[in-house]
Amino acid sequence: MAKKTPFHAIHQKEGGKLVEFAGFEMPVQYKGIKVEHAAVRNDVGVFDVSHMGEFYIHGPEALDLVQHISVNDASKLVAGKAQYTCMCYEDGGIVDDMIVYKLFEEDQYILVVNGANVDKDLAWVNSQNTFDTTVVDMSDDTCLLAVQGPKSVDTLQKLTDLDLSEIGFYSFKMGTLAGFENIVFSATGYTGEKGFEIYFDKNNVDPEAVWKAIFEAGEEFGIEPCGLGARDTLRLEMGFALYGNDITKDTHPLEARLGWITKFDKGDFVGKEALLKKKEEGNSRQLVGFVMNDERNIPRHGYEIVDESGNTIGEVASGTMSITLGKGIGMGYVKKEFAAEGNTIHIAIRKKTAEATVTRPPFIKK
Amino acid sequence: MSVPSDLKYTREHEWIKDNGDGTATIGITEFAQGELGDIVFVELEEEGFEFSADDTFGTVEAVKTVSELYAPVDGEISEINEELEDNPEIVNEDPYGKGWMVKIKLSDTSQLESLLSADQYKEIIA
Repeated sequence: MAKKTPFHAIHQKEGGKLVEFAGFEMPVQYKGIKVEHAAVRNDVGVFDVSHMGEFYIHGPEALDLVQHISVNDASKLVAGKAQYTCMCYEDGGIVDDMIVYKLFEEDQYILVVNGANVDKDLAWVNSQNTFDTTVVDMSDDTCLLAVQGPKSVDTLQKLTDLDLSEIGFYSFKMGTLAGFENIVFSATGYTGEKGFEIYFDKNNVDPEAVWKAIFEAGEEFGIEPCGLGARDTLRLEMGFALYGNDITKDTHPLEARLGWITKFDKGDFVGKEALLKKKEEGNSRQLVGFVMNDERNIPRHGYEIVDESGNTIGEVASGTMSITLGKGIGMGYVKKEFAAEGNTIHIAIRKKTAEATVTRPPFIKK
Repeated sequence: MSVPSDLKYTREHEWIKDNGDGTATIGITEFAQGELGDIVFVELEEEGFEFSADDTFGTVEAVKTVSELYAPVDGEISEINEELEDNPEIVNEDPYGKGWMVKIKLSDTSQLESLLSADQYKEIIA
């Protein structure tokens, strides 16, 4: 039996098409992916992403645990800042990608992980916790709404005592929202637009009242509820990785365009030795972005990537129709020698192959 | 969910209209367009394409997913809906009307009898 987020009744009322995802009944779309995508690019949209997982890490060695499991350098975080990173296995394969938040109290962090990976990640973090620190899974009590788009700040500013313009990218503050207290406003997102991810405890807040207040505040801007479908097209236009598609236990950060978060100079972390070896050897394959040359071809997860003679050189990890460009876009792993920007590769789509050009994401210029 | 009673249906969520003159018109159902979501193009085989039941005669690409079109009976394409080339969203808007896909010459009109009735199809999508 799939779980329900506190917004489930609202999704039904709004005409959301519900599908099972990450063990939850989640809306894949309401009015349609195109409308929702455009709302976020041009105005403002709201996603219920309460299926995401939140782990609260606290205790004298909280930072040591985070540093041990994270490839990025959490010692650089100051209170009120967030950091994108991933956790790796000993062999360098990716457990999950996540955001680490450093809270305002000493020795306290929150890890926000993918909804589909909550159980696996919790078991992994606990298995690595030999430190004087406690890990608490707060996922079931934590609501998360992503309010994204150029009008997101104007929408939310009406409802809070915080000055939202003061919250820089990948920073957060606690404040009020529609009369409720202890709401986390995090200037993060998965769309490439300005926006906030808003976290709150469902036991202290009336989730439906929050949703209602946000939609009343955003009405003048044409606010739309948005589903997982638009979330996917928006993130792929930016080239953001999706766990399960672009990154998995069988991929490592250096070949997944995540070298920039992998900090070898920070001390030991799980997977470091394997990743250092891979760094020395060089990648045999690379995650690349590509744009289809002909607009009538859409790449999909699992399609083969071939060279001009039809030899397999890789596989599509993520693909979709870019709503903004009106063209097929995707990301996929290809052999190193085909990974250079501007190269022509070929995607096997059913009975034919279609040309694509290796393109460095983001696919749309912001 | 609209399921017109004068049409025949398949388990692959296509509708077939018997035109009474040895030809039939094929499209996808209201349920199918809803499941696919925003359709971004429809790729169809050309006029004169001959097929047997269960052969694919086209592809519907939506933003999120792709779906093949399967021939419900034996026949030959006599006309394709050219409108869909530039305006594939018609399939979302009017799946039983302007969003039709192909007209076919039937090889054996009796094959239509084996297709699902509207009531039988309603049970499948219930």
